[in-house]
Amino acid sequence: MTVQLAVALNGDSFDAGHWIRQVRLADEAGLDFVTFEDRFGRHGPDAVQVAARVAPLTRHVGLVPVATTTHTEPFHLSTALATLDWVSRGRAGWQVRISTDPAEAALLGRRRPLPVEDLLAEAGDAIEVVRRLWDSWEDDAIIKDVATGRYIDRDRLHYIDFAGAHFSVKGPSIVPRPPQGQPVVAALAHGPQVWDALDADVFFVTPADADDAARIVGRIVPEKKIFADLTVGGHVPGDAATFNGTPGQLADLIQSWWTVSGVDGFRLRVGDVADITEGLVPELRRRGLFQPSAHTTLRERLGLPVAVNRYAARPEEIPVA
Amino acid sequence: MPKQIILAAHFPGVNNTTVWSDPRAGSQIDFDSFEYLARTAERGLFDFFFLAEGLRLREQRGLIHDLDVVGRPDTITVLTALAAVTEHLGLAGTLNATYHEPYELARQLATLDHLSGGRAAWNVVTSPGAFFGENFRRGGFLDHADRYVRAGEFIETARKLWDSDGGDFAIRNSQFDIEGRFGAPRSPQGHPIILQAGDSDGGRELAAKHSDAIFSRHHQIDDARRFYRDVKDRLAKYGRTEDSLKIIPGVSYVLGDSDADAQEKAHHIRRQQVSPQTAILLLEQLWNTDLSGYDAEGPLPDIDPVLDEDDTIIKGRAGMYPDRLKTAAEWRARAEAKNLSIRELVIEVTGRQNFIGTAARVAEQLDEYVQTDACDGFILVSHLTPAGLDDFVDQVVPLLQERGVFRTAYSGTTLRENLGLA
Ligand SMILES: Cc1cc2nc3c(=O)[nH]c(=O)nc-3n(C[C@H](O)[C@H](O)[C@H](O)COP(=O)(O)O)c2cc1C
Repeated sequence: MTVQLAVALNGDSFDAGHWIRQVRLADEAGLDFVTFEDRFGRHGPDAVQVAARVAPLTRHVGLVPVATTTHTEPFHLSTALATLDWVSRGRAGWQVRISTDPAEAALLGRRRPLPVEDLLAEAGDAIEVVRRLWDSWEDDAIIKDVATGRYIDRDRLHYIDFAGAHFSVKGPSIVPRPPQGQPVVAALAHGPQVWDALDADVFFVTPADADDAARIVGRIVPEKKIFADLTVGGHVPGDAATFNGTPGQLADLIQSWWTVSGVDGFRLRVGDVADITEGLVPELRRRGLFQPSAHTTLRERLGLPVAVNRYAARPEEIPVA
Repeated sequence: MPKQIILAAHFPGVNNTTVWSDPRAGSQIDFDSFEYLARTAERGLFDFFFLAEGLRLREQRGLIHDLDVVGRPDTITVLTALAAVTEHLGLAGTLNATYHEPYELARQLATLDHLSGGRAAWNVVTSPGAFFGENFRRGGFLDHADRYVRAGEFIETARKLWDSDGGDFAIRNSQFDIEGRFGAPRSPQGHPIILQAGDSDGGRELAAKHSDAIFSRHHQIDDARRFYRDVKDRLAKYGRTEDSLKIIPGVSYVLGDSDADAQEKAHHIRRQQVSPQTAILLLEQLWNTDLSGYDAEGPLPDIDPVLDEDDTIIKGRAGMYPDRLKTAAEWRARAEAKNLSIRELVIEVTGRQNFIGTAARVAEQLDEYVQTDACDGFILVSHLTPAGLDDFVDQVVPLLQERGVFRTAYSGTTLRENLGLA
């Protein structure tokens, strides 16, 4: 077992070259994934599109944009992220975000932000819809059967018929099931309100120290992948612990947190990817703590199980002819 | 100087034009297919790449339509990825004004424009009825007339957002009440190119008022000329010149070594496009009722079409037959006169390729269309994914260049410049 490494990018550049340079550095260093921060009203490009823009120019690194469930259409989220998975050949993820800010609501014309509990419940419904839509095509739905003239077997496409408090969605998706089946769903979680409520595969948590990290790991169900967020070279106090020091000291910190707490990996919030690929990554590799994964999909890199389609008939359920 | 021809490449879509049964047909969803066609179009110095959109899978007789290609990527996401593998090609996507919101979509289009260096285009469509609405929060909330009110105000709103240069805005109109900071600085084109594809009076008026180009379905030369005049005559009252709105019909073509060879190929493709099952389904789209009991190799039904436009048998596709009874009578007369089966008739009357012949003949005809104001260019719809435009780029483009009606190099850096709209 080695530690998994991700970087969180929070840039506001509209220059494609900037993003290509940053994500290529991560790709070449063998990092597991990059997250792209976003929120409505910020100065900066749409994160899903930034991920799509760099996808054809990178090969290994996972691409995990933030996309907001408040005010948006779960159907569009699902098809956009499925498409990101297609254009990246199985490297897509999604960092779920809710919006509590009335100023963001005003941008979209929805004027009354709901209480946080409701927004989280709505996010939970959105994840459910997005996931069902990803599964709404079975992997072998496209049959191209010339004899019967049929391109698809429509019995292998499924209405999702979701009805919840905030929206209802019929389905199926307009996009065939993406390469990973289920792209990786992640969320930043400051407490059980999030990690107990959202059906994510990965949680970004914000421990203050190694013991705190251990406590958090103990409270989250073991199937989840847990990444500790660390702000590297930051001077502004935020939600995550801040590190300032040499690459060797950062490697020491990662080594001790990882050993003590059992987190799966670290998401380093950096200003520039080079801040960690030049010093930290070679140091962790030298210590045998980090080893770039040979897997091609993000699910595989993270050690997530193959995503079984909730709608596909299990072998034992297929009636005998 | 003769008019210069605009050329665009339509990624083969979810109707029976696309022949998936051909052994050469590639994936409709792998990025490789999109990349291949986009690179081909750029090799041919095309103005733009074009994607259609449908926000729900089509249904016929209440079942998901299974005879044509089904499924495609999200428009904005795949276009943004294509910006990575092309340099000059415009990236045009169909996006529905009914099921998007201005702030979010304007931001996405601005992002595409920035990340592509000024190559974004938006084909504004409304949507067929409440059918799509079942996939969205708002449901089927607008009728036909209101959809164009919304589309018009949507475009006006988006342009204000683009003009805000990332700054503060406050917009109140009959459809939208929004305010805040846009967050995207002015993009290379200022305003991404706007195309419009509605054909009703409301759709044409919207185009005359707001759009840079029309994706039209008028391709018979006389009909195309009438449409061209009709729309261009609407421009003056908005203070616009005729060359500020480009008319670009979607057209198909077949090339051959001789004209006879091309005709033969065209017929072969038509038979691939219209299987017996597809023939019945296409007939149902006019008759608007279940004809599954009819034999495709037999005669046309003698019952009349069902005239219920609120409950059409096909859902998720724009209406194609304004006068069902008249069209049905024409089809019957033609089938009787030539003793055609349902399938033979459908092969003749639907979707026949628009330009068939040697490369020289096709180049000549395309040029005639443009020089005689039947249109300003073409969105080429090929029947094969992804290599369907290879022959056009290799054979027809050089002839258009020889005629002096098509560029020999990209002159502008943005799509707007290449279209002559800067
Ligand atoms: C050539 C052409 C292409 C179209 N492509 C699409 C499309 O890709 N997606 C879509 O939802 N609607 C599409 N439409 C439908 C139009 O946007 C519009 O909703 C429809 O034509 C009804 O409006 P109308 O009555 O003004 O024609 C298309 C229409 C035409 C004429």
